[in-house]
Amino acid sequence: MVNNSCFHCGDDCGSHPISFQNKSFCCNGCKTVFEIFNENELTCYYDMGNSPGAIPKEIEGKYDFLSQENIIEKLTDFRSDTLEIATLYIPHIHCSSCIWILENLNKLNENISDSQVNFGKKTVRITYNSIASNLKEIVLLLSSIGYEPYISLDDFSSGKSHINRTLIYKLGVAGFGFGNIMFLSFPEYFEINEFWLEQYKHMFRWLMFALAVPVVFYSAQDYFVSAYKGLKAKLLNIDVPIALGITVLFLRSTIEIAFDLGSGFFDSLAGLVFFLLVGKFFQQKTYDFLSFERDYKSYFPIAITKIDSSGNETSIQVYDIKKGDRLLIRNEELIPVDAILIKGNAKIDYSFVSGESQTISKQSGDKLFAGGKQTSGVIELEAVKSVEQSYLTQLWSNDIFSKNKEDQFTNITNTISKHFTITILSIAVIATSFWLFTEPSKAMNVFTAVLIIACPCAIALSAPFTFGNLLRIFGKLKFYIKNASVLEQLAQINTIIFDKTGTITSNKSSNAVYDGLTLSQNENLVLKNSLRGSNHPLSRTLYNLLDEHNIVTLDNFEEHVGKGIEANHKDINLKIGSASFVGKTEPASSLNTTVHISSNNVYKGKYTFYNSYRKGVSKLFNLLKKEFDLVILSGDNEGERENLKKLLPSKTKLIFNQKPDDKLDYINYHQNEGAKVLMIGDGLNDAGALAQSNVGIAISEDVNVFSPACDAILDASKLNCLFDYIKASQSAIKIIKWSFVLSFIYNVIGLYFAVTGQLAPVVAAILMPLSSISIVVFTTVCTNLLGRNLK
Amino acid sequence: MSVIYIVLTVSVIVGIAFFVVFLLAVKSGQYDDSYTPSVRMLFEDELVKGKSKDSIKSKTD
Repeated sequence: MVNNSCFHCGDDCGSHPISFQNKSFCCNGCKTVFEIFNENELTCYYDMGNSPGAIPKEIEGKYDFLSQENIIEKLTDFRSDTLEIATLYIPHIHCSSCIWILENLNKLNENISDSQVNFGKKTVRITYNSIASNLKEIVLLLSSIGYEPYISLDDFSSGKSHINRTLIYKLGVAGFGFGNIMFLSFPEYFEINEFWLEQYKHMFRWLMFALAVPVVFYSAQDYFVSAYKGLKAKLLNIDVPIALGITVLFLRSTIEIAFDLGSGFFDSLAGLVFFLLVGKFFQQKTYDFLSFERDYKSYFPIAITKIDSSGNETSIQVYDIKKGDRLLIRNEELIPVDAILIKGNAKIDYSFVSGESQTISKQSGDKLFAGGKQTSGVIELEAVKSVEQSYLTQLWSNDIFSKNKEDQFTNITNTISKHFTITILSIAVIATSFWLFTEPSKAMNVFTAVLIIACPCAIALSAPFTFGNLLRIFGKLKFYIKNASVLEQLAQINTIIFDKTGTITSNKSSNAVYDGLTLSQNENLVLKNSLRGSNHPLSRTLYNLLDEHNIVTLDNFEEHVGKGIEANHKDINLKIGSASFVGKTEPASSLNTTVHISSNNVYKGKYTFYNSYRKGVSKLFNLLKKEFDLVILSGDNEGERENLKKLLPSKTKLIFNQKPDDKLDYINYHQNEGAKVLMIGDGLNDAGALAQSNVGIAISEDVNVFSPACDAILDASKLNCLFDYIKASQSAIKIIKWSFVLSFIYNVIGLYFAVTGQLAPVVAAILMPLSSISIVVFTTVCTNLLGRNLK
Repeated sequence: MSVIYIVLTVSVIVGIAFFVVFLLAVKSGQYDDSYTPSVRMLFEDELVKGKSKDSIKSKTD
């Protein structure tokens, strides 16, 4: 049996596999990688996973910029005279074989002393001898074995990133304080009036005080800061009663132990802070491999090849590109600025920008927009704008990108906290004035007790645990959400706006309909076989759509770049390509992509390509239409209007020919009218709309590869579940409201003790953790039940 | 002096020692990547195999 998949990368080898050591390879690149591993005794690579490799890409000259001093400076984490450490992002890291080979790089280049993979982040940290080797050599080595690092403009401008671990430290301090104070307070709860305890209780109490000080002044400081900011902005956020509770707890406890009035509430205090921080910690679910903050910089190269007046090639930083510069773009390189094509055969893939998967051919003299990727050979361009002023990149100068959406939104907890705080304060005042008349000595005691017991720990925990858990459930279902506030806003959506290309259409396949004279058996045979030889994306698509035919050798096959294919077989001369190429003058009315065919110079007909919509789109729209306003906002022409009308419910608004700015303005306009907008898009051209909308979801075929800045990333295969996800987030709000009710019940019980002046430390020590834990259990169980109904 | 002072001192010192170890572990970045080490752990065998082959090769050279 012949195994026809490549031993290295697993791709189909086609009809002519390259054989080496009884293993078949799809191309020379894969074979070369195998040879490298074989020579260096690294073939264990293939034992761990089936066909783990990637085809090494053509990289000649691509990394020349890595010899520039200022770029090396930015890309390395550490530099000394002899040693350099660099962290490189490698998108291909996907299995244990990858980790193994990358951590054994020293076998391939002895100047590498250490390499360490972070699988989640898909990075490798390489330490190497900078005298004997250099960054460029390392990158070339990685590329040669199929692990090409992705170096973007972002790496250059962001500099070194720092991981913020403050919350873990605070949690650690609070947990340490909580545990130890519990131990120290136990004796007094159970061994009242023991002789030995009377002797030592002061020491126990002051020890508790010492442990509580860092908890209050370090772990809890965020609550004070946030409460202060809230008050300054005249807002009663949830942190106001929390900060008040903590302050009162600490002061009253300190006074109690100082004047020997009691043992204080240090255990409740530390427990409160600890639980609150656990909630905060739980609420942040981060996805290492995803970034929600990407802008064009993450995709643009750092440097580009410039051709100076005397014809020399130099590598310059993209920020240094000036109007009028001559640039050289190699295969698979990105065009960083708006430019005019001077020389070469441009086939530009704008899928990063628009989500459109088919490449566009351009002739010299045509204008090329920044963000496209050249896919065939080398071209020369003349820049007409600088990077920041290009059509696409100037979108980022809009104010919307500097605003923080979370700040403009009052969350459910803060909404309720306003009423809560006022109620608690009035209860405290009424109870205190009552005791002032009946038994003045108890008045202060009651006042502080009310503020202590009413500290809304359970309320503050409801939302973090509900949302935190739902974030995790969604994450497992390939719906990755940036933070809890996004979930809350998702529940309030009433308008949904979709991008068309790449969002509701699929990148992978499209449909073609033939229109014209029927082709004979032989003509079909030649058509299929000539398409087989062509690498043009339209040819590939059409090839896959046509029926299987025998493979025949063509007598003559010629590809006319930018025009079409000409093929001869026996007595048939077939021309496939643009209308002018096959000799037909086409009326300009057609808006769809077409491929024309003529046989022996007789025009036969054309294949018209239509977008192929994702499975379940129609069903999804029918579900959504009951509750939401639906809009399609497309940057394309109206060619698909009729098709979409058939597919989607009649009340869906269809708007075409929208520039990136138009999309943003459209959303802004409707938001001013009171709409809560959910934008679903995919390309960089939707970035403005995604940022402007209340919730921006990016659809992605492969979440590891690409998504513009957004609030959430949804795997394309899960688009049809969108309705369920919105419903689930609405249910989450209900769960939170119910847990508010639950925590009010605890508060009422606590207030009974407080108002009657019977609040003993042990009551507080039982009631406060009990309420917190039961809220956590309630919300977790409810959200898990909710998650079970999702698929 | 009562034994309780010694016991308390010891318990607090032990507690603080563990706490410091925890802080150092966080600071060293131990918790930043919780997945890769679990995979890396399983590689030791292949590494040894690779090395032994290397040494055989160098002998024959």
